[in-house]
Amino acid sequence: MKVNLNTRILSKNEQAAEQNRTFLAEHKLACLNLISSPGSGKTTILARTITDLKGKFRIGVIEGDIKTDYDAQRIRAAGAAAIQIETEGACHLSAPQVNWALNKLPVNDLDLVFIENVGNLVCPSAFDLGEGGRVVVLSIPEGDDKPAKYPGTFANADVILINKIDLIQYLKFNLDRVLSDIAVLNSKARIIQISAATGQGMQTWYDWLLEQQKPR
Amino acid sequence: MHETAVAQSVLDTIIEQADKLNAKPVRAIISCGQFNALNDEVMQFAFQAAAEGTVCHAMELIIKHIPLQAKCINCDRLFEFDIYAPGCPECKSEHFAFQADAPLLLEEIEFENPNDKGGL
Repeated sequence: MKVNLNTRILSKNEQAAEQNRTFLAEHKLACLNLISSPGSGKTTILARTITDLKGKFRIGVIEGDIKTDYDAQRIRAAGAAAIQIETEGACHLSAPQVNWALNKLPVNDLDLVFIENVGNLVCPSAFDLGEGGRVVVLSIPEGDDKPAKYPGTFANADVILINKIDLIQYLKFNLDRVLSDIAVLNSKARIIQISAATGQGMQTWYDWLLEQQKPR
Repeated sequence: MHETAVAQSVLDTIIEQADKLNAKPVRAIISCGQFNALNDEVMQFAFQAAAEGTVCHAMELIIKHIPLQAKCINCDRLFEFDIYAPGCPECKSEHFAFQADAPLLLEEIEFENPNDKGGL
């Protein structure tokens, strides 16, 4: 006996993502999901962004890691509210976890919530968290073959930050290859070259971010 | 390893259906696109491990991969995207737009016929 279902396998996650979207809209919050390999500089980018935009943009952060609250501590030290999710082994955040964290953030005092996903270029891409946009970070030391190797993640990005651009002079990294590989996968993504360490390009990123602010 | 989350979700739905029909599942077909593509080996392992000790123990899982379609902006041709040769096979243009990637679907579950039960 055969039963035809054709049901979406991740429907429970998608329902929770939809609830998050409603919650964010009700609170007039912008929300960005940050995806990258471990060590690409996501937390450093966020900490610098929080410091530099103090007084202009009220930012809260949901941190996802397999273990520890180190990243949440760094975000709090930079002056923003942070909720840490320890996934205890899971390689991505799911929408119900974000739902839990959103309810713990002081959302009435925020303009923007960043979700820093678990460092991983594969799995987070399959899970809608209810975010308004996706930011993918690629750092120079990771190599110039990453967009071609992880097409799903780069194809679904709204912004691609090429971080640690100050290191390009020391490493073999073909920027033209990265740009042409991304152009094949995703012609709509905004690509911004930055260095969260030196501040290079950060103003362009802030300008883009400020455009995401929801009118109140 | 998002396969473990996918496997658990597939399993939950199959068990729910099996309970409703009071029948033993023997085979399920799932399908996925290219951007959410599952690794077959990891998916099989995750599914069999999660199925251990449930009504789904030892059932067969079939994984279908649906190709990603792209449409050439130059000549309008619809073609299957190949990352190793990213371009229109007709006019060789590299300007194309992706069509929607196939979602992760649980397409079908096959259950043992009630007559088969304890038949041996």
